[in-house]
Amino acid sequence: MPIRLNNVSFTYSQGTPFERHALRNVDLSIADGEFVGIIGQTGSGKSTLVQMFNGLIKPTSGSVIVNDILTTAKGVKLKPLREQVGLVFQFAEYQLFAETVAADIAFGPQNQGLSPEEVCRRVDQALVTVGLPVEIKDRSPFELSGGQMRRVAVAGVLAMNPKVFILDEPTAGLDPQGRDDILSQIAKLHKERGITVILVSHSMEDVARLVDRVIVIHEGELKYDGRPADVFRHGAELKSMGLGVPQATEVLQQLRSRGWNVPEVALTVEEAKTAILLALRDRGYKG
Amino acid sequence: MSIMKNVTLGQYFPGSSPVHRLDPRTKLLMAFSYIIVLFLLHSGAAYLVLAVASLAMITVSRIPLKLVLRGLRPIMIILSLTLILHIFTTHEGELLVQFWILRIYSGGVRQGLLLAFRLVLLVLATSLLTLTTSPIALTDGIELLLKPFRKLGLPAHELAMMMTIALRFIPTLIEEAEKIMKAQLARGADFESGGLVKRAKSLLPLLIPLFISAFRRADDLAMAMEARCYRGGDSRTKFKVLKLTVLDAYAWFVFLVVSGVAFWVGRVL
Repeated sequence: MPIRLNNVSFTYSQGTPFERHALRNVDLSIADGEFVGIIGQTGSGKSTLVQMFNGLIKPTSGSVIVNDILTTAKGVKLKPLREQVGLVFQFAEYQLFAETVAADIAFGPQNQGLSPEEVCRRVDQALVTVGLPVEIKDRSPFELSGGQMRRVAVAGVLAMNPKVFILDEPTAGLDPQGRDDILSQIAKLHKERGITVILVSHSMEDVARLVDRVIVIHEGELKYDGRPADVFRHGAELKSMGLGVPQATEVLQQLRSRGWNVPEVALTVEEAKTAILLALRDRGYKG
Repeated sequence: MSIMKNVTLGQYFPGSSPVHRLDPRTKLLMAFSYIIVLFLLHSGAAYLVLAVASLAMITVSRIPLKLVLRGLRPIMIILSLTLILHIFTTHEGELLVQFWILRIYSGGVRQGLLLAFRLVLLVLATSLLTLTTSPIALTDGIELLLKPFRKLGLPAHELAMMMTIALRFIPTLIEEAEKIMKAQLARGADFESGGLVKRAKSLLPLLIPLFISAFRRADDLAMAMEARCYRGGDSRTKFKVLKLTVLDAYAWFVFLVVSGVAFWVGRVL
């Protein structure tokens, strides 16, 4: 399911006084099995961008090709595409509607026309994947906590067995524990199933820790696209976009500006610690 | 999704034109009087006068005509129904066409066209009212206009507040509906194919979350209002006090002249 965007632009309410450019001339391609993080400020166009990937939004100009299907082609069937490109929206728990957790998760697989046994199997599997106990199945989704509801919503998309899994701010509004749980499950999913995962976030920490590739969107334009270590080198530029770098990187960059011999980027606290210890040893400290 | 984009009701289009600056009370009363005038009149020529006046108002208000006309789209069905029913059921005037049991008389065509024209004028004027008046100004106006009826037990302030809130949440709910619709589409939902029952059923995954979020929002809003010690209309002062200006006098003058001309035209032609 490779995704390719050629010179994509998108304008909301085109031709009215409320016209707003959400994306400008974005060129991008995502290969199978990648773990991509998309970062940008609120309103930068990142949510619009990911909705291009399953044809929910079609570009005003340019083309989006997913698995050799042009989403703007006439008479193109987008339903099969949406089954393969799973998209979990921001605050996904607000889409829950069914009487039981199981029925809600089953909505996607049922729409795919699977047999009842297969649907049941998928539901159980998805619950396990998102780390919810299977006993929860027969409860109403509205009795659950916010974090659990979010996970049910994630499971609802996972149960469709997508080849590309997109999550738009999956951790927004969750407590630290809930955030860590969801992120580690996403990471595990990527490792075990080898599917493409696209994580939209404005948290540098989350992105730095997990992804292999970072895409930075600012005011609808693609600003950086590369390995986290390369992208986070541009600390000053990222800050001017209202973003930032992971705190570990920030510390190292501050030290460098004070003449320390440390690398420019550290993606985790561990990495930063090792780098600082090395630099200390260079400077003759012992310990 | 395209249906929802067409609802202009309750969608204020900010501006600083003379129409925008009129006192909301003037605009409300004028819209009300306009409707009465519209129903008293029964002549195409008079409607034409009002149509010209409406177009002039739209021009003055500097609101794109396209936006005002968009408000007509939701009433298209009622409009065509009115037209068709009158054409086939009014048996007055000359017989124009006879076809099986259907007979079209000139009176029916005239009647149908007149009523359709009247509906269009009605919607144009009311759209213009909501497009040029912010919901807050609108309800302020309503509240003040209803105040004299408070002695009769009419909860003027509460009604106005309810309306403000309802108007305020229309765009929010539309946005929410679009979001949920997209989320369900992403899960392979199909809102468009199948028979009536299947389609109605397919709306459940959209309607249930929408209702739940509407209730949640209502709860949150009630809480936020209480937290700020809201307690109804008594002895509440206004941040923006409404004042009538010369502009309102001009507007009434124009309105009376236009209505006068319309009545005269309706009588003479």
